[in-house]
Amino acid sequence: MVMTDGSVDEGQELCEAVRARWPEARVSRSARGEVTWSLTPDTLLSVARVLQGDPRFSFEQLMDVTAVDYLAYGKEDWVTETATATGFSRARVAVQAPAVHPPMGGRFEVVYHLLSVSRNERLRLKVVLSPDCPPLVPSLTGIWASADWFEREVFDLFGILFEGHPDLRRILTDYGFIGHPFRKDFPLSGEVEVRYDPESRRVVYEPVSITPRTLVPRVIRNDARYQNTDPGKKEPSHD
Amino acid sequence: MTEIQSYTLNFGPQHPAAHGVLRLILEMDGEVIRKVDPHIGLLHRATEKLAESKPFNQSIGYMDRLDYVSMMVNEHAYVLAIERLLGIEIPIRARYIRVLFDELTRITNHLLWLGSHALDIGAMSVFLYAFREREDIMDMYEAVSGARLHATYYRPGGVHADLPDRMPQHAPSRWRSKKEQAEHNRNRAGSLIDFIRDFTKRLPGRIDEFENLLTDNRIWKQRTVGIGVVSPERALQLGFSGPMLRGSGVAWDLRRTQPYEVYPDLEFDIPVGREGDCYDRYLVRIEEMRQSNRIVSQCLDWLVDHPGPVILDDYKIAPPPRTVMKHDMEALIHHFKLFTEGYTVPAGETYAAVEHPKGEFGIYLVSDGANKPYRLKIRAAGFAHLAALDEMARGHMIPDLVAIIGTQDIVFGEIDR
Repeated sequence: MVMTDGSVDEGQELCEAVRARWPEARVSRSARGEVTWSLTPDTLLSVARVLQGDPRFSFEQLMDVTAVDYLAYGKEDWVTETATATGFSRARVAVQAPAVHPPMGGRFEVVYHLLSVSRNERLRLKVVLSPDCPPLVPSLTGIWASADWFEREVFDLFGILFEGHPDLRRILTDYGFIGHPFRKDFPLSGEVEVRYDPESRRVVYEPVSITPRTLVPRVIRNDARYQNTDPGKKEPSHD
Repeated sequence: MTEIQSYTLNFGPQHPAAHGVLRLILEMDGEVIRKVDPHIGLLHRATEKLAESKPFNQSIGYMDRLDYVSMMVNEHAYVLAIERLLGIEIPIRARYIRVLFDELTRITNHLLWLGSHALDIGAMSVFLYAFREREDIMDMYEAVSGARLHATYYRPGGVHADLPDRMPQHAPSRWRSKKEQAEHNRNRAGSLIDFIRDFTKRLPGRIDEFENLLTDNRIWKQRTVGIGVVSPERALQLGFSGPMLRGSGVAWDLRRTQPYEVYPDLEFDIPVGREGDCYDRYLVRIEEMRQSNRIVSQCLDWLVDHPGPVILDDYKIAPPPRTVMKHDMEALIHHFKLFTEGYTVPAGETYAAVEHPKGEFGIYLVSDGANKPYRLKIRAAGFAHLAALDEMARGHMIPDLVAIIGTQDIVFGEIDR
């Protein structure tokens, strides 16, 4: 997939190749030509092996691994329980349906970005974790060496476990850190703060003393301002 | 004779050759490195989570602070991701200005890399010369955005302002004679474009000076040739990109293969290495500076002849001009909404990657239709490179480790995020 602006059929070929190899694959192409494939954890390893080794795909590079926590997806700060009956939302008239939760069940998704240097294509793999299972995904370190640190980072920040990872330690957070900070239920200001305590003559950890504030509320607008008036201007983006 | 036992050595986090806050736990066998375990995260500021709590435009400034030696290219990937989700096309002049500053940024990044890499290996003077040229690029940043480092110049829809017609001049100072002041202001008499043009004419000669000092230097070669060799296959496996990948002989450059902005219309060559060692990566980066200089002069030629808007004329996304706000109520309302609430971005996801001076810098952006990003993931090139430090340094000695850290062009702002 070449992401030059304007061309239309980018990624189509890749989509068809994936469907030819895996007829039941949930692969889709966005209007911008980005190809996304949603998988379950049990198929990931076999699929990744083919994607890396098969000359039709030859995705030599794993560029990125990340996760998304969908706990707060589509929620906004604007609707308040405490304001008057009309509330802050009184000036808003919804004309479009609000954004729906992405088509999957679980809270977490692990997202892999693959790049084929020889074929000049990109592919996004999304592993959907089902809500009733522990957040466990097979590790891709045996297929792409770059997965090592990327998976450590996802484990550190989201608490997702990678089965078969040789050295699954925290990487970005402090030594002895508790919790997984990029989960949506982890407060922005954190849980603990440190200071030097002159009495005990050492650095001590204490519960954080500042309370998180919202400076700009998170709003989802579906009113006339964001109506699609010019057909070429905005495109439906989620598949 | 006593047997030398393997021992563990702590390197950093405060070490001049660690390029910031890198801590390494080295397992040594005498002077030979058996294993390197980098401990990172000492500069972790949770940029991605902070961005989730702010309207889209308020996070542009955070992007500067990721890789804080190539500021505007970071912004570029971020605004590109927002623009893809919004589905907007920016004015052509803004595209040229972005490419112009991307390439100037590439030069300033490589200048800093060259200076500090050479300093690590023991060549003091290169550092001073490299910083002299870098200072001019800082002045260009300042002229266009008001800030020398953290510019916040790119905006979704274009760039913040057009290139200024007048280059700021050095003021009289008690530490500088009239003659010195005139000499400093000599190339600042005209516009910013004249100043950059003067720079592009000067730069190739300056790069020759650096090369005179290093390329055939016996000590430089002894320290870099055959050090940290990475085969093309391993480079791909390890997720390398940018000069690290090209140094191993893989001709891959996003500006050419997955072009964005106006790169298809510009002429430039992509240098590749042959051996995949530190010396090849040095040669690749030196040549990249020359190629960037070519792109800069092509952009200048175009910009001189083509005036026009530099930001989208859509008040839903870009603020209206001050003059319009003074008499137009609609524009004033738009301005108010834009700066209190921001704009909402249609639900969706995108991955926007640019050819950063260090490699592929990508932004994975998930929006749920709100005025803030739902999830923002920053793909930093240096993260994958540093992950390979263990493999590159095994079997080398400690002084070689310093050369390998230097050749990776590590900046902790982007690795720790």
